[in-house]
Amino acid sequence: MSLLSISGLDVRHGLLQAVREVSLLVNQGETVALIGANGAGKTTLLRAIAGSHRATRGQIHLDGLDITRMPTYQRVARGIALVPEGRRLFAAMTVEENLQIARASGRPGEWTVDRVMETFPMLKARRKARCGTLSGGEQQATAIGRALMTNPRLLLLDEVSLGLSPLAVDLVYKSVESLIATGATILLVEQDLKRALKVANRVMCMLEGRIVVEGDAKTLTREQITDAYFGHQKRAQTGMAP
Amino acid sequence: MSLVSAVIEGVLLGGYYAMIACGLSFMFGVMRIINLAHGSLAVVAAFALWYIADRLEYDPFLSLIVVLPAMGAIGWLLQRGILERSARSGELVPILSTFGLAIVIENALFEFFGADIRSLAPYVGSLSYDSFDIGGGAFIGELAVLTFAAAILLLGGLQLFLTYTPLGRQIRATAEDPDTVELVGVNSRFVNAVAASIALVTVALAGLFLGLRANFDPYAGSLQLIFAFEAAVIGGTGSLWGTLLGGIVLGVAQTFGAHVHPQGFLLTGHAVFLLVLVGRVYGPGQFFRTYLKSKLG
Repeated sequence: MSLLSISGLDVRHGLLQAVREVSLLVNQGETVALIGANGAGKTTLLRAIAGSHRATRGQIHLDGLDITRMPTYQRVARGIALVPEGRRLFAAMTVEENLQIARASGRPGEWTVDRVMETFPMLKARRKARCGTLSGGEQQATAIGRALMTNPRLLLLDEVSLGLSPLAVDLVYKSVESLIATGATILLVEQDLKRALKVANRVMCMLEGRIVVEGDAKTLTREQITDAYFGHQKRAQTGMAP
Repeated sequence: MSLVSAVIEGVLLGGYYAMIACGLSFMFGVMRIINLAHGSLAVVAAFALWYIADRLEYDPFLSLIVVLPAMGAIGWLLQRGILERSARSGELVPILSTFGLAIVIENALFEFFGADIRSLAPYVGSLSYDSFDIGGGAFIGELAVLTFAAAILLLGGLQLFLTYTPLGRQIRATAEDPDTVELVGVNSRFVNAVAASIALVTVALAGLFLGLRANFDPYAGSLQLIFAFEAAVIGGTGSLWGTLLGGIVLGVAQTFGAHVHPQGFLLTGHAVFLLVLVGRVYGPGQFFRTYLKSKLG
């Protein structure tokens, strides 16, 4: 059974319909990349899965359980964690406090502050530093660490490379790859197609709120994806998971 | 010597102001809500303590066991029933609704208890007029010392709670970003209700000391609100140690003013408050920032 299954999902921002009839499946242990132009609805889709936006139509199931109407904090307790776009750390609090606060849901698991420090060695020296004083890469590592502290079954990463130096992006992706190696299930939004294709098993491309192309990261060609990205083949099939 | 004793008296009075400002500052810092019913709620607690002392003849300190949790429960209901709903409609709506609540509370107290002026002082033996001899012919009131000590314990305890406990961390994080805190598994509605309860427990303590050190009637809340507001603003809203400092500055200004002229008590307090406020808006710090902005673009 799929870990995450979404069917016929509509999400609105007031009058704007940001996500239209999206259906998708994410299997346990899979890494799925979501790509698309700005405003295609990727972030809204992730936020709807996490619970920050309410769906107007459709269902979201996590491991068979309907979570469409569940409050955000309860979804965290069920194992969904979102690393939000722009990191959204608690800037006045220290790195350690930002990590500790994610233990609020009390979900059992192996993640501790020390383990996060091992996974992101650059944070070791900054443990007691306020997050507002960190570099972009350190902040991103803290944000991912904070999400991991909830011991998620499904990790949602929203543009983790945004605003980082190429070197910091390399470091962040190295740790994402080590997470994938441990069998984590990840749904990630990424603008950098090369990186997305490198880490993901499967790629979905969104255009104007719909998933227009979907396929295996190895078999899907760059042309197919860029065509979908720019809307050259609007009529392409709205694919379901294989 | 009398000037020194005026300053000491002012510092101790500042402890009381810090205590009434504590809940106001905490609520603003955590929930971004300015609770204009703050003073009236303190009067509610004072009346509750007075009623228990008068009818059941229990010591006001002992009846805190009942009144503190009761005020905490009122805080919970206040958050869920009024503040949460009105905050959804914009930042100004909670100010209006708590203003309305203050009027409702004042008139309900008047309806129930009448216009008589009450005090808790008769129920605590000689505490309200006993004093320590500090030498040189100067005395300081025992109650004033007790109030100051209680204020430091309260603000210090609250600060430790916020810094070192998981719930305290959750309260701080919710204050900073109520949306993101949900994403890490915190129930922000629950946290805000807890914070409102804590604020009202401090309000109940403020009500106790209001009743012990002076008189109160159903309409005594607004003056207490003004003092709380002034102390919180002078000290910098949302900062607990700042609130203690603000209370002390206000208390010293008032007693110093009274020392200079019998009418100077309130006037000097308000003047210092206004000076700080104007300084915050147009003062050297702000001037420097605008200057920097114009230079750096």
